[in-house]
Amino acid sequence: MSVGDVISAVLLIGGAVFCLLGALGVLWFPDVTARLQAATKPQTLGLIMLLVGTAIQLDFLYGSGLIMVAMFQMITAPVISQMVGRVAYRTGAMRKESLVVDELGERLAREEGTGKSG
Amino acid sequence: MQIVFAITLALLCAAGLVIVIRLVRGPTTLDRILAVDVLVVLIVGGTAVGMAIQQDGSNIALLAAVALLGFIGSMAAVRLVEKKGTHR
Repeated sequence: MSVGDVISAVLLIGGAVFCLLGALGVLWFPDVTARLQAATKPQTLGLIMLLVGTAIQLDFLYGSGLIMVAMFQMITAPVISQMVGRVAYRTGAMRKESLVVDELGERLAREEGTGKSG
Repeated sequence: MQIVFAITLALLCAAGLVIVIRLVRGPTTLDRILAVDVLVVLIVGGTAVGMAIQQDGSNIALLAAVALLGFIGSMAAVRLVEKKGTHR
């Protein structure tokens, strides 16, 4: 095994372990928002480690495409997380008593009082 | 190197099984959307490892397409849940 193979092996197995840990977190955590926090790990770091490990194995030519996939995932994963969190809050899918600080609730209550619709 | 690929694919399969358990159980629709989203990422990662096994990078367009479809599908489903106003 060459040096590149060793680096690639570490990245591939590390990424797969990250994916497994994220999946276990999605299974074990009690709440939608807590699961959200676990689900973002395989979506960004796990996938990027897998893609970099693959890029080392492939020709230099294909690296640009894999970087494109990684960048795309880094852009879209926070968008979906934010939307899921927002919808979970507004439809009551999460336990609000588990929050330490609830600034959105205060703001929504204030805007309801002044008649503005958020 | 074949052993590394085998371990990686086995770990990804285990993660997929765990995610499918959450997909079947998931009390709310949002949990299921989240599980499908992670499952799409696992499929993309598994395809990338498959490309490394075959030493052939001509499937990169497939990776980009699957990631794009996962994003659009999850976004549409979340917007639908928001519009309906309930999470069941």
